[in-house]
Amino acid sequence: MIPVAFEYEVAESVDHAIELLGQHGDEAKLLAGGHSLLPIMKLRLAAPAMLVDLGRVNDLKYIRDEGDHIAIGAMTRHCEVERDQTLREHCGLLAYTASLVGDPQVRHRGTIGGSISHGDAASDLPSALLALEAEFVIRGPNGERTVRATDFFKDYLQTDLAPDEVLTEIRVPKLGSNTGWSYQKFNRRAQDWAVVGACAVVERSNGSISTARIGLTNMGSTPLRATAAERALSGADAGSIADAVQNADEGTSPSSDVAASAEFRRHLARVLTRRAVEQAVSR
Amino acid sequence: MTEAPEKFVGGGVLRKEDPALITGRGNWVDNIRLPGMLHATILRSPYAHAKITSIDVSAAREQPGVAAVFTGKDLLEEWDKNPTANPAAVTGYSLSLAERENGGASVTPTADSTSESPVSEKTHTFCGWMVTEDIKVPDHLPVAVDEVNYAGEPVAVVVATDRYKAQDAVDLIEVDYEPLDVVTNMERAIQDDSPLVHEKLGTNKSYTWELENGNVDEAFNNAEVHVKERYIQQRLIPNAIETRGVVANPDPVSGGYTVYSSTQVPHILKSVLATYCGIPEQRLRVVAPDVGGGFGSKLNVYSEEVIALVLSRKLGLPIKWVEDRSENYLATIHGRDQIQDIELAATREGKILGMKVHLLADMGAYLQLNGPGIPLLGAFMYPGVYTFDAYGFSCTGVFTNKTPTDAYRGAGRPEATYAIERIMDALARETGLDPVEVRRRNFYEPFDEPTTTPAGIQYDSMNMQAALDRVLELADYEGLREEQRRRREANDPVQLGIGFSTYTEICGLAPSQVLAALRAGGAGWEQASVRMLASGKVEVVTGTSPHGQGHVTSWSQIAADALGVSPEDVEVLHGDTATAPWGRDTYGSRSLAVGGVAVHLAAQKVVDKAKKIAAHMLEAAEGDMEFEGGRFSVAGSPEKSVTMPEVAAAAYLANNLPEGMEPGLSEDYFYDPPNFTFPFGAHICVTEVDTETGKARIRDYFAVDDCGPVINPQIVDGQLQGGIAQGVAQALYEEAIYDEDGNLTTGSMVDYLVPGAPELPNYTLERTVTPSPTNAMGVKGVGEAGTIGSPPAVINSVIDALSPFGVTHIDMPASPWRIWQTIQEAQGREAGSREADLSGRPAQTEEGGEA
Repeated sequence: MIPVAFEYEVAESVDHAIELLGQHGDEAKLLAGGHSLLPIMKLRLAAPAMLVDLGRVNDLKYIRDEGDHIAIGAMTRHCEVERDQTLREHCGLLAYTASLVGDPQVRHRGTIGGSISHGDAASDLPSALLALEAEFVIRGPNGERTVRATDFFKDYLQTDLAPDEVLTEIRVPKLGSNTGWSYQKFNRRAQDWAVVGACAVVERSNGSISTARIGLTNMGSTPLRATAAERALSGADAGSIADAVQNADEGTSPSSDVAASAEFRRHLARVLTRRAVEQAVSR
Repeated sequence: MTEAPEKFVGGGVLRKEDPALITGRGNWVDNIRLPGMLHATILRSPYAHAKITSIDVSAAREQPGVAAVFTGKDLLEEWDKNPTANPAAVTGYSLSLAERENGGASVTPTADSTSESPVSEKTHTFCGWMVTEDIKVPDHLPVAVDEVNYAGEPVAVVVATDRYKAQDAVDLIEVDYEPLDVVTNMERAIQDDSPLVHEKLGTNKSYTWELENGNVDEAFNNAEVHVKERYIQQRLIPNAIETRGVVANPDPVSGGYTVYSSTQVPHILKSVLATYCGIPEQRLRVVAPDVGGGFGSKLNVYSEEVIALVLSRKLGLPIKWVEDRSENYLATIHGRDQIQDIELAATREGKILGMKVHLLADMGAYLQLNGPGIPLLGAFMYPGVYTFDAYGFSCTGVFTNKTPTDAYRGAGRPEATYAIERIMDALARETGLDPVEVRRRNFYEPFDEPTTTPAGIQYDSMNMQAALDRVLELADYEGLREEQRRRREANDPVQLGIGFSTYTEICGLAPSQVLAALRAGGAGWEQASVRMLASGKVEVVTGTSPHGQGHVTSWSQIAADALGVSPEDVEVLHGDTATAPWGRDTYGSRSLAVGGVAVHLAAQKVVDKAKKIAAHMLEAAEGDMEFEGGRFSVAGSPEKSVTMPEVAAAAYLANNLPEGMEPGLSEDYFYDPPNFTFPFGAHICVTEVDTETGKARIRDYFAVDDCGPVINPQIVDGQLQGGIAQGVAQALYEEAIYDEDGNLTTGSMVDYLVPGAPELPNYTLERTVTPSPTNAMGVKGVGEAGTIGSPPAVINSVIDALSPFGVTHIDMPASPWRIWQTIQEAQGREAGSREADLSGRPAQTEEGGEA
């Protein structure tokens, strides 16, 4: 629980952070809320020589209604996402999912941008952002680019971010009145990562499902979409949801560990997807 | 002085300890900073079993801030200093080197062990409970020399100016290991061709201990009904919130040492440190400052405590070592880890005729202070609250390449209670009786005088019927069964389960003669001093060593009532061998029933002497004195009176005392209890099980407990709530898992699931009061009752919920994964293996699973 010695720099701005990352290359790591990075440093599983602290970059802390979408600054803390009225009204899934991240201490320090950049498939927010088809704004030495959430998570703790890039903004859609949502997080203790989680965003028309988007937590090396179930759910009604989600685990590659076997995770993915879709169509 | 109300015992006195603790003014070991203090950090073996072929510490020694680096070889001579003559003579702790060598008499040094290796022939051990004459005792050095036997065993020590520098240097030590075959599974370990944890011992069996009462064979031959079960007590990690820590401070003037340790047992620690390190006991002072929980894990003497002490002797400077959480999981003892085979013989009517129990108990790689004795504390408790004639018990202690086990809250009794309360449900199934009815048919009739049990000990007092009747009423048993029926008929995915546990347990450790008969290496008395000061205030000195139990408050209440003063006027001194030189410390729910009673008896002696002085002051006959509400008065003339503070002042002024009386008003009492005490109770757990996800959620928990007269109701409720929570933790959440190579795969709180408030139910707690005839106060003890009573209630409720699926057995912890698998298997569906259980946990045998 004693980290290796490291250097520490406070970034005054995003551009300053990018400059510092450029100077220190692979040796540097961005520090946002620190609630993923610092524990692994204390266990000496990570030993970055330089931490670049984004904590004082205040222009990354905002939640703004941009008309057709909501823009969230990357340094916005989970507790702020959880409580924001605009998000609660127009993108309840994200606010609710943020309320399930870790424990109150984690939610008061941890940030949405930090969680996404860490890219942990067991984290709650990435699968919600997949189901929401969110977009991420990334800035680097050569300017700004936008990446879709579905293209962002590459492999185990690997994202589309280059070592000298900073995630600056998350854009989520405003959900219409015909769109229901749910997140079914299955964990052992309130503060734990999900053993498995299933997010559903469901558009309804005339009593049946027109489109369903399902994000799965902890069912592989990255957060995943349950595309087979999504296809089967298109056109389904309340009576056929259970059948439609039977292939919710198709295309996943869950791990086996002390909490669950891959087999049990696949079973949970089917049960939780069904429950998520059932709840989503009813609200 | 405040006017004292009549009685404080039994009243709602707030804990005196809390204001300091909840405002951050606690004094933990890690808060202690002494001039010149250096920090020790320990390099631990990553291998569960390996030869150490070489250690290179040169790079570590050159690190800035590093004062010294020691390997096991470097420290060998420290363990062989001349011991004190006989610490038992002073402290009642008979852990002399000679005895330890006798205990390890079966150890035969191999021919080549003396040729090159500097290892002495003496057997080093921290174990003080040699349960049999022929127990096998491995040599246990604080820092390994040639071989490591569990992952986490100390290999080298770095001493540096701060902890960060020490940790960096530890990473630079290069050790070459030659891995040896590992055994983590007890059933594998006792096979003839198993790898041996300690080659020199020639076996992995440490001991076999047996007990038989009545004619067991006859009972089983004649019985109409036989029930045989196998239960697994998974390995648990105690998880005191304050990890261990020690500061050793040498005093160059006296040549002595002060050792501050986060321990439950400063007095035992002092005796063992003196013996192990060869320091005269009178030059050692041991202090337990504020201690943040122990749960038995600090009822021990650890390598790091002797390492810190000998390093302070070698370097002449204060040495601090503080365990981090990762180390805590590897280096502090674990609990439980037993395989229980239990059989009942009974009549068709459900009346028990006999019981057989065979245990395998995992000692881990070494014997810790009480490790071999823990299953024996359970041995006497398997018959539980049921009376029958024939009982046979045996336990084999087994070495494996894992962290040593020892006392963990309940220590032997939760294991026993779990087995009997599980098999009572199996007997109910076998005989078609309700679980309540099968229990009632085997209860003792209520008694208030010592009554002999199937295990041959004497329970003190019991009224199970009253406790069970009340808990059934509280829970609305009939209403719950009705709800259960409805859910079953509706095929509700969430099923309801109702689980029982009617238990008794053994507290008040212990009559010294009984400990001797069990070959335990210590006495069981407790000591108290009660001092009226000249100002009328009171000092109570106790040999108990609280670490969360609230002795300061409860002992104040006891002394206040006896002396007729207010609890605010009483100071309780403890946990420092300089101020409380005599004590047997705190564990085994002993403190109130032994230490609290000692306070009461010492206070009575004070009152007796005060009465003589008061009579002299009032010029009345001692026989005419009455003592009420802190005032001595003459019978029939209440206007002639003196208060206790006035008597105290007179006792120290000493100018008007009875002829020949010594001045002062301070009395000591050494109390050795004549018997144990036996709290009991009835618990009902109501659990909802989501049969789709396997998640069990406790909806309600009802408990009616009887711990005799209560000193402080709030503290007793707290003990029960925390105790039940710890039992729920074993039943549903916690399990230390090792892989085949002996790595602890649940090495952090991410994977080892200590539940918190969101996971736990509200408790409905009530009490009955059946005084114990064992002691003058009638008190029994309550520190472990919840942890002992609750696990079978929880598991029985889970099985009850799943019974429509044909489920009759599930192991702890009943995790979602395991519940799901159990349902699948009961329905004849394939549910995969538990890959995480590759080793350590034994497989369920075919005959074990079903009644």
